[in-house]
Amino acid sequence: MNAATVDERYNDTVVRQFTLMTVVWGIVGMAVGVLIAAQLYWPALTEGISWLSYGRLRPLHTNAVVFAFGGCALMATSFYVVQRTCHARLFSDRLASFVFWGWQAVILSAAVSLPLGLTQGKEYAELEWPIDILITLVWVAYAVVFFGTLVRRRVKHIYVANWFYASFIVAVALLHVVNNLALPVSWLKSYSVYTGAVDAMAQWWYGHNAVGFFLTAGFLGMMYYFVPKQAGRPVYSYRLSIVHFWALIAIYMWAGPHHLQYTALPDWAQSLGMVFSLILLAPSWGGAINGVMTLSGAWHKLRTDPIIKFLIVSLSFYMIATFEGPMMSIKTVNSLSHYTDWTVGHVHAGALGWVAMISLGAVYAMWPRLLGLQTMHSVKLIDLHFWIHTIGVVFYIASMWIAGVMQGLMWRATNADGTLTYSFVESLAATYPYYLIRFLGGVLVLLGMGVMAWNIWLTWRAAHSTQDMAVLPVVTQH
Amino acid sequence: MSSSWSWYVIVLVVLNLVGSVWLLWFTGKRRAGDPAPEQTSHYWDGDVTEYNKPMPRWWIVLFYLTIVFGTAYLLYYPGLGAWRGASGWSSQREHDAQRAENEARIAAAFAPYAEKSFEELARDPVARKLGQSLFASHCAACHGADARGARGFPDLTDTVWHWGGTPDDVLASVRDGRQAMMPPLASAFASDAEIDETVAYVRSLSGQQVDGQLAEKGAARFSALCSACHGAEGKGNPLLGAPDLSDSYWLYGGDVASVRTSVTTGRSGQMPAHGDLLGPARTRVVAAWVHARSSAAKQP
Repeated sequence: MNAATVDERYNDTVVRQFTLMTVVWGIVGMAVGVLIAAQLYWPALTEGISWLSYGRLRPLHTNAVVFAFGGCALMATSFYVVQRTCHARLFSDRLASFVFWGWQAVILSAAVSLPLGLTQGKEYAELEWPIDILITLVWVAYAVVFFGTLVRRRVKHIYVANWFYASFIVAVALLHVVNNLALPVSWLKSYSVYTGAVDAMAQWWYGHNAVGFFLTAGFLGMMYYFVPKQAGRPVYSYRLSIVHFWALIAIYMWAGPHHLQYTALPDWAQSLGMVFSLILLAPSWGGAINGVMTLSGAWHKLRTDPIIKFLIVSLSFYMIATFEGPMMSIKTVNSLSHYTDWTVGHVHAGALGWVAMISLGAVYAMWPRLLGLQTMHSVKLIDLHFWIHTIGVVFYIASMWIAGVMQGLMWRATNADGTLTYSFVESLAATYPYYLIRFLGGVLVLLGMGVMAWNIWLTWRAAHSTQDMAVLPVVTQH
Repeated sequence: MSSSWSWYVIVLVVLNLVGSVWLLWFTGKRRAGDPAPEQTSHYWDGDVTEYNKPMPRWWIVLFYLTIVFGTAYLLYYPGLGAWRGASGWSSQREHDAQRAENEARIAAAFAPYAEKSFEELARDPVARKLGQSLFASHCAACHGADARGARGFPDLTDTVWHWGGTPDDVLASVRDGRQAMMPPLASAFASDAEIDETVAYVRSLSGQQVDGQLAEKGAARFSALCSACHGAEGKGNPLLGAPDLSDSYWLYGGDVASVRTSVTTGRSGQMPAHGDLLGPARTRVVAAWVHARSSAAKQP
């Protein structure tokens, strides 16, 4: 081996900023989630306060956890990973700083405008057009910084994590712009350029690829760096990563119509949505196999390193959710599951199980390194967080599975004489206890975030320096 | 779908499927010069590196199987552009067939009750059960699962009927719906004091504790403004749906503030028509069930 030294430092300032805000927005987003879960159990909780009503807070919750918590985690880790795997400082400090402050501005405007009831009425794309334009500007700057850093790399080969981050950045730009095309009628109101079934199709093409590229491809990028790094093991299979990467990004693009089974969407589009969702199973699992097999040989570390626990359990939830997804896209299954809390459970297996746990593991791995330390202040607290979080997630998704299947069965049940066996309100009454269990699961997850915040703060206080680290020399093997 | 759009869809789908198969086949083979499975040829960030192990066979088989299933599905069902699929299935046809099947079951189950009187229906346990199930699905959202109603939605278990309580009246309410209209009368009063007086008089009709002098002053205005619908003695008029103001039942509340709001800003209650939705037999069965709730209340 030989090594060529480089006189350059990583831009860790922006990574630290994004990492800190990942924790902050995680707590905010999940707290709103707990509040709306409480509203479903105690419906009159915030009665009469328009900006605290369920309909306004629900989009605030989804935007906060997906784009604020998840977005900050993706930006923190992508900037961390792209610098270290390219052995180069970020392309432009100024642009990187703009990405950070611009993204925070987007989040704050969402936090104000959504409770005020300003919305485009498109799920996960509620934000009105002036905010959409700001998102576009920030996203272009993000892409310039990321790809600019790739161009400046000191190694020939682009590491697999960066393929996933790159595809996430490109696809989200495309999805965001196409779905949000709208005709503004005032500063706070616009109308989509699409109508009817086309509007629904554009929305769910966006909606499902937000899952596919924002919540899957992006976080697989995170997985591909932090799993081998933390386990100290080589990635299992380079060729597997090639196949599942290209298959994943090609096939995901088709899956959107499965959100519109048995609707006014033409049959052919519904069928294609189902078929490609099924074919998506193997490419989705490819990433999980590569992650889990990378850990094989390092299983003993599960006993001592709770970060590895976060990573491996996140991969397990990823496998559960990406198995469940194709199954739920099958028309006959969908006719049972659609519009029930099963969907809510499925989404949270992905969001709390996969996305949150891989992010939390990555934050615990990055944070001390960004502060010139070896580990977090307390490894025991990481372990405590892991168990609280895992139990919370299990409470959440198990209760929603049971509630969802029960709702689906109750809604479709008819008596021999053709009348409905249950009225809607009976299914609601039957769901009631499960809403309490779901709320408790959410409280546990939020408690875990509190433990994390405490540990993050203690680690920060113990920091030797917040000086940016020197760029590591490239290692070449002969 | 025009044939160019159809071909556009077909070509994209086929390219995607064939591309996936090619990718799997091409990458699955080991070629001369490929790094050995356990050889780590590149390093990033010091120690991050990759093996090049073969893809798990079960995973490759799973991938191929889903592609084979998908292809077969797209030949059998609509999906490939304008190709309707060998099965001839469509969601419209599936829906229509299931609906027709269920409609037939309903028609058969309700046919025996189409001509029966309310008394007969009230005695028949099967009809009662059917009526209750219809009520739960179509009426409970407003009138409550226990039929006791809520503010603005009449209690159906007492003996008070704003639109009449005979079988024919109840049947008409369910079948054709009702539009209740208490007009907003704020502009008909010269002062706030006049409103207070009238409200006091209205409340005195049902024997509530009111300021006698105030109520006395309101009597004249009541007969001028209210008696046309509610009657000279405030006993109401079922033909107009005007409530009896002398009983203890208040749809929108009998306290001063509620009555005042009713008088000044008016009320408009709406019972939607169910005749077209349910058809004559089911309408009759559920109306008879509702009527029996009230009749039960009359029993000592």
